[in-house]
Parts: sequence; structure tokens; C-alpha cells
Amino acid sequence: MTRARVLADFVGGTSTISGTPTFTGTVTGAGAGTASNLIINGAMQVAQRSASTTVGDSATYKTLDRFAISINGTTAGRATMSQATDAPSGFGNSMKFDVTTADTSIAADEAFGFAQRIEGQNLQQLAKGTSDAKVCTLSFYAKGTAKTYIVETRDANSRQVSATFDVTTSWQRFEIEIPADTTGTIANDNSTELQIIWWLHAGSDYTSGTLNTSWATSTNANRMVGCDSIFDSTSNELFITGVQLEVGETATPFEHEGYGTTLRKCQRYFQKIESLGSVAAYNAFPYTGLSRTATIAKVSCGWITILRSAPTMTFSAASDFAVVNGSGSAKAVTAISVIRTNNNSGVVEFTATGLTAGQATYLTTNNATDPAISVDAEL
Amino acid sequence: MNEIIITSAQYTDNDNAIIKATINGTEMFVPLDPANRHYAEILRQVEAGTLTIADAD
Repeated sequence: MTRARVLADFVGGTSTISGTPTFTGTVTGAGAGTASNLIINGAMQVAQRSASTTVGDSATYKTLDRFAISINGTTAGRATMSQATDAPSGFGNSMKFDVTTADTSIAADEAFGFAQRIEGQNLQQLAKGTSDAKVCTLSFYAKGTAKTYIVETRDANSRQVSATFDVTTSWQRFEIEIPADTTGTIANDNSTELQIIWWLHAGSDYTSGTLNTSWATSTNANRMVGCDSIFDSTSNELFITGVQLEVGETATPFEHEGYGTTLRKCQRYFQKIESLGSVAAYNAFPYTGLSRTATIAKVSCGWITILRSAPTMTFSAASDFAVVNGSGSAKAVTAISVIRTNNNSGVVEFTATGLTAGQATYLTTNNATDPAISVDAEL
Repeated sequence: MNEIIITSAQYTDNDNAIIKATINGTEMFVPLDPANRHYAEILRQVEAGTLTIADAD
């Protein structure tokens, strides 16, 4: 048996190799274990911000990590976006949109959907913009009210390609080939260089042309042709999960990974830091510092993992927090001011009364039920 | 374009290292990092003339 045959059988799972064989050259595999999925949180397992919230009012991250709401114009439509447990066999979760307010008068400039944005340094294997550019395959499971929607692949050079997908009331797997693109290189950095956008509602500015099914410079009229509106009835819903983007012309089985692995990937972009409980005396945050004056505690905050960029910091409410210095009791925080943040840590000043300058300080909860600090370095 | 609603923006201290902004109705502390999407949007809206960053108190 040749070495190539042995290797082929091994990759195919039909042979056992004993001893210590040596292989040279390039080995290409696919499917489970190859870490080939360019999408993060495709199984909809991680929802640090919230498990359910209303969407349609603004473009931002709302529930499931790494999936942003995309909006153009202003729609009156609203939906509850949630992490659902209705999922195809082999999955525990899905992303659900359940329309709560209809919009049957679609302005020309309206569009609504959701997207995942991908860093350029994670996309170099696409060789996009070169003669070696690779075909990719996007796959996902979806079901819901029977509708036709659009999935758009868009780069940072305003080049894009679109495809339709027809949702039915039963789970089905969609496999969409994204052509190779020899134009428009991908920067090798931490910026958004590619985004996959699922459009669920679109006005005539985006639907009046001919759907663009091969890479081209973006023309709005050709981006979402044929897109139905999820907002045309409050009876409408959509479920999606198992999202995978991989190099190659074939959709391989979804690459499942442990929850901790997915969470850590998500935390490069967003971290929600919470106390373990609501009692100030023994539910501190992992942050310590110094009382700079009798009213200002300066606290150093380290992140769980290195973030993509310097993050935006958000606090649930100043009144949710307290600081303790020396052997004193917890002092309620009345104001918060962030002094610096970078991708590794931040420095925050908490205002309270009754502190003693020069004493060590730690941050705790002010007997609040759900105090939280959010650090956001999303794309 | 994505709709991000910014209703106020102010530097938090005289070093001008952080902007306190109300974005989509939530108070946020935004670093002056061009890779930060909130700062990029603040810059875009300032350039468009629809937003002004106030000096620190």
C-alpha cells in the first residue's frame, strides 16, 4: 500500500496507522476537527448580552454574540430576537425572530437584517483579490414562515454578491456557494473585511434592479432583489442556526465545538463582567484599586481575554456599584468615569463618599440584583 | 448605512482620552481608538456635521 493510500484511508476514517509514520507535503481535511468555520457562535450557544430583546429600532448587537442587527433607513417593524431552543437535530439552540409590530408600508430606503462581520486577519486563506482566490461555501439551517430572503456577502471594498434562500416551515439546510473573487484584497488586520448579511426586509432602493449573483461593485438596487418582508405580519417568525462559512465548494457537516471554546472566541469582541450575587459584603468584582481622595476610588479593570481593540465600557447603573476601602463598609457609588481603556485593561474612577485617601479599594455590588460591566470591542 | 443613534458626546477629562456618549439610548465610555466601532461612528457623525463633542466639564 502506498503512503498516499494509507493517508487517504486514515483521513477517510477507514484505516488504523500504527508505529510512527512520517508524512510530507500538505494534508487537506474537512469536517469535524478541522477548525474551518469562519463564523463564530454559529450554533447560537452564547448570548452574553441578553437572551431576548426587541429589535428593529437600531443597528447594534442585541442578543446572540457576534450577530449584529443591520438596519438601513427607519422601519416601523419590530421583532423579538431571542436565543431559542427550537433547533434541528444535533443542535441545542437557534436564533429566533418573532414579529411583534408589522410594517406594511416599506419606504424605499428601508432594510432590516442581521450580520456577522469577520476580521481581515482571519480571512487571509481566501486569497481574495489574487489569482489564487478561493471559492467559499456558506451553510446554515433555517425554518419559519414561508418567505424568500437574501444573504449578501460584502467586502470592505464595497464589492458584494447576493443569493436568495427560501424558508419553509420545516428545518432545512441551505448551502450557498460564494464565488472566488480575484478583485478586492482583504487587509490583514483587525478591521471588518468581510460580512455576511441576511436581509429580511427591503425597500425599493435595494430591490428595483437585478439580483447580483457574482462579485461586483455594490449597486444598491441589485443587492436584495426578491426579498420578502418578515415585517409584513405579526404572525411571521424565523429560526436560524448552524451557520458555517468555509473555504471550498462543498458544505461539510457543521463543526460543533465546546461551549467554552465558543465563549472564549466571543469574548475577543464582547465581555459581560458580573458579580456572583447581590450582597455587597461578599460579591466583589475582580477589580481593585486605591482611594485617590475621600470621594474618588481609582480602580484597575483587567479583561478576561485580550480584546480585538480598545473597548467601549458600559455600566448597568452607577447606583448598582459600591466601593470598599480599608476595613470600612461598602460605600455607594454615585458617579462613574472611565479614564482609559485598551485591549488589555481599563482604569475607572468611582465617586463615593466616606473613603480614606491612600487606602486600598475593591469594587463590589451595592446590593443590586444584576450589576454588570460590559466591554465592547465588536466590529 | 447602519443607523447608530448618538444623542450626546463629551470628553470625560482634559486628556481627551475617553468620550462619554449616549448611543442608542445608553451611556457609554468610548476610547479614541480608530478600531473601536463607536469611536469610528462618532468621527463619521462629527465629520458629517451632525454631532459635536463637548469639552470636559
